[in-house]
Amino acid sequence: MFDHFVVPKLMPAAPEIFLATMALLILFIDLVVKDSRRSLTYLATQGTLLALLVWRGAPYLAAIAGNNPEALSEVSEIVYTFSNMFVLDLMADLLKLFLYATVMVVLFYSRNYLLDRETLNKGEYYVLTLFATLGMMVMISANHFVTIYIGLELLSLSLYAMVAMNRDSVVSTEAAMKYFVLGALASGFLLYGMSMIYGATGTLEITGVSERLMGGNVNKGVLIFGLVFLVAGLAFKLGVVPFHMWIPDVYHGAPTSVTLLIGSAPKLAAFAIVMRLLVNGLITLAVDWQQMLIVLSVLSMAIGNLAAIAQTNLKRMLAYSAISHMGFMLLGITTGVLSVPGGMLDARPALNAYSSAMFYVIAYVLMTAGTFGMILMMARAGFEADELDDFKGLNQRSPWFAGIMLMLMFSMAGVPFFVGFFAKFSVLEAVVASGQYWLAIVAVLFSLIGAFYYLRVVKLMYFDAPTNPAPLEAGMDMRILISANGLAVALFGIFPQTIMSLCAYALLRSL
Amino acid sequence: MSNHLLSLAIWIPILAGLIVLATGGDRNAPLARILALLGAVAGFVVTLPLWAGFDIAKAGMQFEELSTWIPRFNINYHLGVDGISMLFVVLNAFITIIVVAAGWEVIEKKVAQYNAAFLIMSGLMNGIFTSLDGVLFYVFFEASLIPLYLIIGVWGGPNRVYAAFKFFLYTLFGSLLFLIALLYLFIESGGSFSILQWHQTPLTLTAQIWLFLAFLVAFAVKVPMWPVHTWLPDAHVEAPTGGSIVLAAIALKLGAYGFLRFSLPIAPDASQELSTLVVALSLIAVVYIGFVALVQADMKKLVAYSSIAHMGFVTLGFFMFSAMGIEGALVQMISHGFVSGAMFFCIGVMYDRVHSRQIADYGGVVNTMPKFAALFMLFSMANAGLPATSGFVGEFMVILGAVKYNFWVAFAAASSMIMGAAYTLWMYKRVIFGDVANEHVAELSDINMREFAILGVLAACTLWMGLYPQPFTEVMHASVNELLRHVAASKIPM
Repeated sequence: MFDHFVVPKLMPAAPEIFLATMALLILFIDLVVKDSRRSLTYLATQGTLLALLVWRGAPYLAAIAGNNPEALSEVSEIVYTFSNMFVLDLMADLLKLFLYATVMVVLFYSRNYLLDRETLNKGEYYVLTLFATLGMMVMISANHFVTIYIGLELLSLSLYAMVAMNRDSVVSTEAAMKYFVLGALASGFLLYGMSMIYGATGTLEITGVSERLMGGNVNKGVLIFGLVFLVAGLAFKLGVVPFHMWIPDVYHGAPTSVTLLIGSAPKLAAFAIVMRLLVNGLITLAVDWQQMLIVLSVLSMAIGNLAAIAQTNLKRMLAYSAISHMGFMLLGITTGVLSVPGGMLDARPALNAYSSAMFYVIAYVLMTAGTFGMILMMARAGFEADELDDFKGLNQRSPWFAGIMLMLMFSMAGVPFFVGFFAKFSVLEAVVASGQYWLAIVAVLFSLIGAFYYLRVVKLMYFDAPTNPAPLEAGMDMRILISANGLAVALFGIFPQTIMSLCAYALLRSL
Repeated sequence: MSNHLLSLAIWIPILAGLIVLATGGDRNAPLARILALLGAVAGFVVTLPLWAGFDIAKAGMQFEELSTWIPRFNINYHLGVDGISMLFVVLNAFITIIVVAAGWEVIEKKVAQYNAAFLIMSGLMNGIFTSLDGVLFYVFFEASLIPLYLIIGVWGGPNRVYAAFKFFLYTLFGSLLFLIALLYLFIESGGSFSILQWHQTPLTLTAQIWLFLAFLVAFAVKVPMWPVHTWLPDAHVEAPTGGSIVLAAIALKLGAYGFLRFSLPIAPDASQELSTLVVALSLIAVVYIGFVALVQADMKKLVAYSSIAHMGFVTLGFFMFSAMGIEGALVQMISHGFVSGAMFFCIGVMYDRVHSRQIADYGGVVNTMPKFAALFMLFSMANAGLPATSGFVGEFMVILGAVKYNFWVAFAAASSMIMGAAYTLWMYKRVIFGDVANEHVAELSDINMREFAILGVLAACTLWMGLYPQPFTEVMHASVNELLRHVAASKIPM
């Protein structure tokens, strides 16, 4: 009976296997080190991520340096493994690369914040971060409903625990509870949708679903029913209206370092599963899910931007801003195939649209990391620096970091010369190319409303006098990384070509 | 070297701004001022060869630079000037020196940031005037909002926050619709952001009308035209003197320039079709805003409204489609740069001493500040359009153009010269003449060397342009004629 047992190709999943091994190893190491030696856990975690980054990133560096996409040929094949449950393509590889970098930066920013807070600075924090990362990697590479679900749950369960880690805090516990209950509900939606689609097509494999749908002869009613639940589940995970309720509470209630993690890297993974499920799997139903996504997107931009205006807490404000940004990103995915009459998939406009959304997500993660990094840098033991008023008069306390925050805020608002502008630009280009001018107009009008609250942060920093005139204290390492992050927002705003074309190339080789 | 003059005109001020920023806190204020002045002068010097080496017989772009920027969207770093834009680059660089000098002793807080903001803005605005790529233009157009937002908000008056937000959001609103228009053109032209190529792209009348309206919103807010002008008086009143000078002298010209670079050549048929609309709005600005200016109690507000009226002349001149009208409008724009800049500086001079801009707080200033009163007189006259000053040339040309276009339009436009004289000279009379109004006025000291130098240079420019406008007009001819020829030809595909 073992005749048919074939050892699956392990190489495509080598980063995941390496990370899982290291996570378990670090869990064990942490068990035996004393509290005073906890830095070891931190360094081992960062080392693991760095190793992955260097290992997987080298070909990209060669490709960029030589301006030669051929250098990526080794990784640009689409490889399926584990009985087609797992896929490695260029999109997955690139997204994971950004994922490693993001998580590294997140941990780096969180370092001092955690050192100041004994309850958080436990080995579990780092191990859970690694497991969350693993979960996201699995999501990104999933080619099977069950794989997606496993990755998603690994990510979510790690994050629930991390939100609740500050267990004496009522706000944190409440946030964790809400996150857990709503997250479980969303997973239920997703599973229900998957089971419906399984019922209609008879397969759980994403590429298989796509083939069955192309073949026709599928019960459309059941399929659409499943699709609705699927989209609702995805919307929960992306945090778009009307499934956004958990976002502000969780962002606000979680320790800022965890908020940073929730707000950044999972967006990359969420983008990936949207692409996997809707584009790889259900492209034949594009007309149906596009309608749903348009509604979600417009509502998100509306509610996100309007509600953000009313916030006094910066983390809450950024939560609503995240909702609106995800709405904007969805626009890119939405416009993927509408432009083509007859409903057939044409690669070029679709590619533009998806790569614009991918670029948007990456740009957004870069900006978000910097913004929460600023909050973390200003936080002290016993002081969170997460109220808007804590940024009052920052220009007098530290003109340099006020300048960095200014760049981040204008970038979020989509003003050039910052990366946020080209993110919005490329998505709008896709929308206009698809002929949906009204959608583009709605999008820019809500961006205009959005600009108001970003401007308000700039106003607090520059126009108002500080409540606490003490100069900023922060370690040199933190200063350098935040500065680098802020300058990257400007640099990629002036030279966005590299990342843009990487995204386009990755999707070209993956779709 | 000469191939990169335009790049230098853009990046020298920006680089200088960053260097000034690096001087840090107010301990190094004197150094920051000197570096800023050097940067501004250097920025001005590199623009002079543009004028000197300009070939007046050529209608097309000169000093062109082209290199790829973002191949993913076929976006290029494409610069060039023609007879329409060249003078604005020079004017902008010149005004930057004035602004740095105007804030010399007056600005005492955050000196480095103040000067850096103006230098960076100057570079960005040169970018707007010289961009021949739609996205490059847009990037400069929108980025230039940031420094002005900070200038108004940080160094402005008591209601500065409101004014800064209003300024930013109003102009952002216009430019976002403009962005959609650019993207539409990108698709329609088969994947190009080249403005010159867009000039040739055939478009249906419906498409042209939508594009024209999108452009109109963007540029009308910036000009500003009635009824979207309300941000300007707020911004002017709250901005520091330097901010007002740049706003009036350069920033308002961006919108008008946009009409000539985008609206007319890209949507010529829609421009003809909708010219009545623009002419009507312009006349309302000229006449109605003239009346509004008459009743202002705040000097800065009065000059702000007068700016709106003068810019009404400019848009009026554009949409009569005659060489006389367009050249007159261009002359008016440059003249307004000198005159309104000087007017705001004069008000700043008084404000620095008395800390009031209310007309009622003054009276009899001539008794204590005779030199100032004489120069202020000249600029008031120029603002009212007195012959032999630059203010006259442009208005006269526009009115001449208008007579050919429609007698009643010309009549309404000409009546505004009376209005201009009324509100400007009445203000002048109340502020300068009469008995010494109060002890503040009695304690006034006359202008110092710095202030005299600034006003003297501006006065010289005003008179030069009024008496001998040919160096200014001769560079425009070829480009304006080419533009008119282009606008007359329909772009609607057969």
